[in-house]
Order: sequence, then structure tokens, then C-alpha cells
Amino acid sequence: MSNMLELHNLKKYFATQKAVDDISFNLAKGSIFGLLGPNGAGKTTLIRMITGIFYPDAGDITFDGQKFSPLNDAIKIGYMPEERGLYKKMKIGDQALYLAQLKGLSRAEAMEKIKFWFKRLEMESWWNKKVEDLSKGMSQKLQFVITVLHEPKLIILDEPFSGLDPVNANLIKDEIYGLAQRGSTIIFSTHRMEQVEEICDHIVLVNLGKKILDGTVQEVKQQFKENKFRIKLKQMPANIASPSFVVDDQQANALTVRINEGFGSNDVLQHFLQQQVTIEAFNEILPSLNEIFISLVEGTKAKTRAFQPVE
Amino acid sequence: MNKILLIARREFLSRVQKKTFLLTTIGLPLLIFVFYAMIIYFSVKGGDDFKIAIADEANLFNGRLDTKDNDIKFQFVQNETAASLTAQVENKKIDAFVLVPKAFDVMGSKDSLQVVSGKSIGILTREKIQHRLKNAIEEKKLLASSGFTKAQLDSVQKTNEVVFASTHGKDDSENKAGASYAVGFISGFLIYIILFIYGTMVMRGVMEEKTNRIAEVIVSSVKPFQLMMGKIIGIGTVGLVQFLIWIVLTVGLRLGLAMLMPSLASQVQGGQQSAIAGMLSVLAHVNWPLILGCFIFYFLGGYFLYSSLFAAVGSTVNEDPQDAQSLILPISMPIVFAMVIMTKAVNDPNSSLAVFGSLFPLTSPIVMMARIAHGIPDGVTVFQLVLSMALLVAGFLGTTWLAGKIYRTGILMYGKKATWKTMMKWAFRKD
Repeated sequence: MSNMLELHNLKKYFATQKAVDDISFNLAKGSIFGLLGPNGAGKTTLIRMITGIFYPDAGDITFDGQKFSPLNDAIKIGYMPEERGLYKKMKIGDQALYLAQLKGLSRAEAMEKIKFWFKRLEMESWWNKKVEDLSKGMSQKLQFVITVLHEPKLIILDEPFSGLDPVNANLIKDEIYGLAQRGSTIIFSTHRMEQVEEICDHIVLVNLGKKILDGTVQEVKQQFKENKFRIKLKQMPANIASPSFVVDDQQANALTVRINEGFGSNDVLQHFLQQQVTIEAFNEILPSLNEIFISLVEGTKAKTRAFQPVE
Repeated sequence: MNKILLIARREFLSRVQKKTFLLTTIGLPLLIFVFYAMIIYFSVKGGDDFKIAIADEANLFNGRLDTKDNDIKFQFVQNETAASLTAQVENKKIDAFVLVPKAFDVMGSKDSLQVVSGKSIGILTREKIQHRLKNAIEEKKLLASSGFTKAQLDSVQKTNEVVFASTHGKDDSENKAGASYAVGFISGFLIYIILFIYGTMVMRGVMEEKTNRIAEVIVSSVKPFQLMMGKIIGIGTVGLVQFLIWIVLTVGLRLGLAMLMPSLASQVQGGQQSAIAGMLSVLAHVNWPLILGCFIFYFLGGYFLYSSLFAAVGSTVNEDPQDAQSLILPISMPIVFAMVIMTKAVNDPNSSLAVFGSLFPLTSPIVMMARIAHGIPDGVTVFQLVLSMALLVAGFLGTTWLAGKIYRTGILMYGKKATWKTMMKWAFRKD
């Protein structure tokens, strides 16, 4: 599968910060991609370069096999910024029509697409309302529709679920899956790791303007696994200790163990089987993305990312 | 290009469709019209007729008094006494009476006339009565003492006029100078107002987009420069349309006024015939196509020049509109300065200050209007006019370029209060 987007050694320096410092990664077509990172890691700057709002200081972007040109590719990108913005006094229908036309759709095309999406998400009665009449969740939904209605090849969503109730969040989630199936590539920027685990195929973690992690969710988890296993036994044997593992946690009839180097899971099982203990469950504990995130980011300067002159 | 038009269209429609637009555009001239009509109505119908009975026993006025003014009616009565006249005043048949005793000495200055009225007389009416009676007595005295005939006296009272003319063989009378002054001042002042009203309108629009955070959504589809230009063009069109409506309405309503109240209009003209007729004939000499053409050119030129600066300021302001105040000052100073030069230029269109002010792009939209009103070549030479226009075009291209660069950075910059120093840094950064 070809790549929708390739970033090559992107750099963007501001006066007091290296906001993006030599980041490269590729995005496969049709994938759902998670862009993770603590506050101020450079995610927004990176996204603004991908959407053509900022020009990179160095490096280049390949969009759909060709060099990225912000003016011509604008129609192929849908961007929902973290800070939502709509004209408060403008009628919702007119507003959607206007923003779609700015993307480059003709009036008739825009009208047709808006009608389709409004019907799909049951928003038809909103047409003559104004944004100031909508609740936060409703305007979120509207913002999503405006972002995707021209069915762009690349959709960038910054915290798309904030402020949505579970029902509407699921609705939007289903739409995101649907768009990916129809061939759109989705970049998903968030701090909510459980959503990333659920939705994303591929993640990149940036911190302090640098990429520190890149891979599929499974790969990353494998990379950071600590060989932890959980064993559920019918009854506790007399002798737990074994050279093959270390006990991390012990409950009534369950153990959390970490297998030592040079041993495998079979060694653990054998140890218990030899003692005639019935093993009821044995499964690997993979670290959650949340734990990986915290362990990678903690201890860096990310929490207080201080301003420092760029040398 | 197409996207600029799209943005301009939204800016235009969203303002024109507002109720306040209709109110200010159509309501305001209507209000002025009603006000104007009322002034005319009251000035003509203002006072009730004031009847004065004259019992002229000395035949002082020869039974003839100047009754040009409609408000005051003199009636000559005979065989009345003070008592009978007083009774008439009390019955409200007449408002006042003057009893001229038989022994009234025209040549002396001791005798006085007494106007007896039932109630207190207003100052204006008093003056009119005094003026009429005194004039009549004066004429009587002159005729009696000098031996002039009435015709001779009239010819002495007519003075020979002193008029001004310019070497270009044109009329340069006070009427024309006055008309030029008025036209120049009014058009200069209008541009001054326009720059402020529509400039701040652009600034508010930019601030709205920034604080609403819609700017980021839009600049992901269009260039920031397109967004800025679209806004400026859209609001400029609103201004132009508003002015055209005002002009049409004012002309239409004045015609309507004349048709509605023909008698009043003719009375007004009759009252101050010479002054108004003179003014009208001079206004007809003003080169209206030139003035109107230049007005629209300098309106648009000045508007483009300043509105892009206002847009740049708007883009740097965060949540707090107060921040804008301190940043606006450097922009509004040249506008106010231009206004000051303009008041000088209407009096003396060829002074070096006026020439400088009409060429310098930051002041020329206002100052040049004052000079143009005096006509070509009395107020301004063709060369200066063309130079000023060229400089203005260069000026607005310059400010738009500069403002565009500030705007591009400012519109996406949150949380930091910008100063002019940082704005200049954005403007002159490479890339």
C-alpha cells in the first residue's frame, strides 16, 4: 500500500523553541494514525505544517505521492483544530455551505454533500439555527461534519471527542471508521490513550519536538512489554519461588510474575505443573499505552517545557 | 482569486442583511429628512401673523410701510383714539398699535414712537418692527432735508459690487470660494469618518475571527492574505453601497420635499432669494463629476490603505479588546493629522503644507479632497493630482503587503500580547 503522507526531516523553529525538530514518518493510505504527545510537544505545529498553514523551516512533505502544495491540496485535507471555531451569528446551513465552498467545492456540490451529511447525522432541523443556539456537543458535531463533508483524502482531527457524550462519541467514532474504510487517511491527535488503543492502527509519539516512538499499537506494546504474566491457580502451592521468574504481586490464588532473562513462559508453567497445581488461567500482561506514555515522557522536561533560546 | 470573492461576498452579505444596516442606511437619511422638513416648516410657519394698527395722524408713513415680511402686518387706521385701540388689543382683534401724534416732529430726535401691545413681544419680532419703522422714518428725513428725489435716494443706496476673479478667466467670487470651502470640507470630513468607521469595522471582523478560532479552520483552506483581502473588499463594498444609498436617498428626498411642499419651498426661496440663488448658481459651477470621481477614488484608496493596517492590528489582539486601543493610536494619528491639514487646505489650497499633505499617501485621501474642491487648476494642478493618486496606490500596495505579513503571523498567535516592535519583526521576517 502506498503512503498518503510522508514527512521528511521536518523542522520548525520559533524564536524561543524548537517546536518541531527533525521529525520524519510515513502514513499508509486508509490508516487511522494517532499522533500522541504531551502538551506543548509540537503536535499542533506539526499539524499546521501538514495542513499548509505553516511552512517548514527545513524538510519536505510528500502528499499522495507528490510534493505537497498547500493551495492545490487544501481540498484534499479536512482539519478540525482543537480550538473549535465557527461564526456565532451565521446560520448553520449558510456556514457549512461557505466553508465547503472555501475548500473548493462548487455551490451545487457543497449543497448536495451538506444535505447528505446533515441527514445522516440527523441535523436537518439545524439549517436555519445559529451556532450560538447550539450546545457544546452539538457544535462539536457540526464542526466534524464541516471537516469531513468534502470527503478529503486526509482528515486531521484534534481531540475530536472532547465534550461529546458517549452516544454521540460512538456516532462520530463509527463515522471515522466509515471514512477510513472508504479510503480516507485519518490523523488523530489526542491525550486520551484508551481511545488511541481502541481506534488507531499506527501511532507516533512526539516529545520536545522529536519523535520518540513510531509503530503499530501492537508493535509498540511488544516493544515495551516487561514479560509480565498473570497466573490464576486453583490453590497456592507450597513452593512458589523459582529461578525462572520473580513474583511481582501475590493475591489469594493469583500471581503476577515477571519472567527472568533466559527463560520462557513454558518454564513458568512447568514449575507449577510439576507441583500438581491446576492452572486456571495464564495470560500475558502488555503495558497499556498510558503506561508507556507516562514512562517515556516522565523525567523529561516535557512537564515544564521551559523556553530556551534556540542555538 | 475566486476565494477572495467568496470571502468578500460573505462579509458583504452578513453585514447588509443585518437589521442595523437597514436602520443606519435608510433610517438615518429619513431622520435627517424629517428633521430638515421640520426646520423648514417651522421657519416658514413659525410665528403667527402679528397685526399692528397704525393710527398715523401725522401722516408719517404716507400710508405705506414695507410689508415684505409676512409675519408682521401693518394696518393703517383712521379716527381711532388710544382708548379705542387699547380695547381692540384687549379683544385680540389686533396685537399692537402705534399712535403717531399729529405733532410728531420728523426732523427732531426727541419724539419717540410707542408700540403698545397686549402681551410681551418676542425679540425677533421686536427687531423687525423697529427696523421697519426706523427705515421709514429715516427715508422720510432724508427726503425732507436733502431735497433728493426718491429715485436719487434709491440709486445712492445701491452700492457698486467688488468681485474677485482668477487669471484663468473664471469666476472667483466669495460665493464660489464659499462653495468650494464647503464642498472641500464636507468631502474631506466624510473621508475622515469613513476611514475610522470602516477601518474599525475591519478590525472588529478580524478580532471576531481570531477570538472565535475560526481563523484556523479557514486558513487551512485559504491563504491568510486571501482572508484579509476578502474581508477588506467585502466591507469596502458595504461602505460604497451605503454611500450610494445615502446619495440617492438625499437627492430623492430633497426632490420629494420640493414636490410635497411646493409652497413652502418657494416661500423659503423667496425669503432669501439672493443668497440661495447665488449659492445654487455657484454650486452649478462646481465640477461635480471631478469631485465625485475623486471622492470615490480617495475613499477607496484611503480605505484600502488604512483598513489593512487596522486588520493587522486586529490580528494581533487576543481576547481583550482593550489591547487594541494602544495599538490603534499610531494608525489614528496620521488620520487626525490629515484632518488638521485639511482644515488649512480648504482655506489655502496651494500652501506648501497642503501640497505636502495632498501628496503623502497617509494624509492625501483627506487633504486632496479639500484642494480638489477648488477645481483644476485653481486648487491643484493635474500633475499633482496624478502624482498623488499614484503615490496613494503605491501606498496601499505597501501597507497591504506589510499588513499581510503581520496578519499571517498574528491571526494564529494566541496568548501573547503583541507590541509594535514584535509586529515589525513579523513584517520584515524573510520567507
